[in-house]
Amino acid sequence: MRFRLLRGDTILTIALAAAALFVIGVVVALAVELFSGSSASIFKFGPGFLIGSKWQPSNNVFGALPYVYGTLLTSAIAILLGFPISLGIAIFISEKLKSHQTFGYGLGTVVDLLAAVPSVIYGLWGVFVLIPFLKDYVEKPLNKSIGFISLFSGHPFGYDFFTAGVILAIMIIPTMSAVTRDVLNVVPNSQREAMYSLGATDWEVTQKSVLPYARSGIFGAFILGLGRAFGETMAVTMVIGNIPSISSSLFSPGATLSSIIANQFGESSGLFQAALIELGLILFFVALLINGLARLLLWRMTRGTQVKA
Amino acid sequence: MEPKLKLKKDMLTTEYSLPTGISFWRKIVNKLMTVLVIIAVILAIIPLILILGDVIIKGAPALSIGFLTHLQKPPNVSGGGIANAIVGTFTMVGIAALISVPIGIGAGVFFSEWSSSKISTVSGFMNDVLTGFPSIVLGLFVFVIIVYPTKQFSAFAGGVALSFVMLPIIARTTGESLKLVPTTLREASMALGIPRWKTVLRVVISNGKNGLLTGILLSVARATGETAPILLTASTSIYFAKSIFQPTASLTVLIYNYATSPYASWQTQAWGAALVLILIMLGLNLLVKLTIGRNVAGKRMDI
Repeated sequence: MRFRLLRGDTILTIALAAAALFVIGVVVALAVELFSGSSASIFKFGPGFLIGSKWQPSNNVFGALPYVYGTLLTSAIAILLGFPISLGIAIFISEKLKSHQTFGYGLGTVVDLLAAVPSVIYGLWGVFVLIPFLKDYVEKPLNKSIGFISLFSGHPFGYDFFTAGVILAIMIIPTMSAVTRDVLNVVPNSQREAMYSLGATDWEVTQKSVLPYARSGIFGAFILGLGRAFGETMAVTMVIGNIPSISSSLFSPGATLSSIIANQFGESSGLFQAALIELGLILFFVALLINGLARLLLWRMTRGTQVKA
Repeated sequence: MEPKLKLKKDMLTTEYSLPTGISFWRKIVNKLMTVLVIIAVILAIIPLILILGDVIIKGAPALSIGFLTHLQKPPNVSGGGIANAIVGTFTMVGIAALISVPIGIGAGVFFSEWSSSKISTVSGFMNDVLTGFPSIVLGLFVFVIIVYPTKQFSAFAGGVALSFVMLPIIARTTGESLKLVPTTLREASMALGIPRWKTVLRVVISNGKNGLLTGILLSVARATGETAPILLTASTSIYFAKSIFQPTASLTVLIYNYATSPYASWQTQAWGAALVLILIMLGLNLLVKLTIGRNVAGKRMDI
């Protein structure tokens, strides 16, 4: 009897631990397989791959710089537009609607729905609705009026860094606002009460006691949004034009690390394919770094308050 | 400018004169920020309404029984459908669920019930990191391990790629929801002499099964909407696949191909397929939110 009980426990522990180890195994295998898949390109170009600005499949010359640039630029636009909005939503739901929990929950659900819309549908909408709109009502007027600034120069026709950045902003808002909301919710009420008792206005309470307290968690949300913007593929692929370019104009077509993989992988083979997989390897390490950092920040924030409370 | 307050500590030491009346300027700033915050909410909701609205308005005309039951047709030939894509999507999500549900739940139970073990900490962290990986990287991974050696795009490879999308979501929601099961239940069970494995299977899991179901449904919804991993592993096809080891169509890849094509009839069908896809996904999400998701302590299960 005793032996059988122990055996049941041992079997279950081993089976469950195997499942948990499988998760670790997947991440490790990802790194190993992406290395092996891109080894041809890694050996040929070495670290120069990262700063090579030429991408010519017909000549077997590959460099990742245009895509690194495109990824950074589109993510920067997305963060600039999306972060303030996300912060606003989070403040509205967790500060302004504190006494209307149901409405706040409903509004949160609606914003969360934005996250449930598949990437490819954002792309579809981007191609047929957002691009014509942005081209005629935002890009052309900006180009005409302040086109002498190199950011807004060029000949806008919609498929460009700017549109990709706007789509990304819409897509990362749910992530950032949801995480920020959770972080603001764990700020203890004593912080707010103390500030109110000093005669502060609503905004002063938010600005001077809630936001500083939630600083590291908000930074975590920011990083998580950035991570999503870096990795987002389909919607960007459909609206960015997919031309390797390093242009200072927002209205110039370009490509990101993930968009070029999705766009060109089907026609690739040999060294070309290895180079595309190496772009994936870069994405892998960036994602590892960003997510690791964000989780650590968020983890510290939530753990820290639990200990204090 | 008031001194920057570190509350509690500095309140005792900082000279702070209570305002006799709130100044005009502070009132203005307060109102202004409220307005800005509301504008932010409106700005975020507009795209949602526009996207859903456009998908419904532009997709509805394409919908018909034939659209759901016929095979794809060449551009500008009337009567084309998306039946093979719907079947393909369900096939791949099914394969993915077969792989990821047992492993994901196993890992999730381990995170919650063996939370003090080192494997649990490391694996939980890796799981969170895996959730954040761009899905195209998962597609590349499966391409290298399955498609490249077998020289064959297939529904099986697509399913494996999707299983890596679903796995971390299931593991995390399982772990989180089982942590909410009161410890007293476990103690009561153990006090009756019931072995740990039976406690876990019969007491802990059966109390947390709503959370488990939520995780599975959310991950299925997420996998249904994925494009990039399938594009690199299952490719596409215009027929019903004869086996799971052949290239297979899916709703998402079909939308991608049709939307980026120059043909008007395909573009209309892309909207129709988008409507079908969004109905499936939003249906799953709302089901979760309205029924079982709610009593997981109103906790947001982010995907």
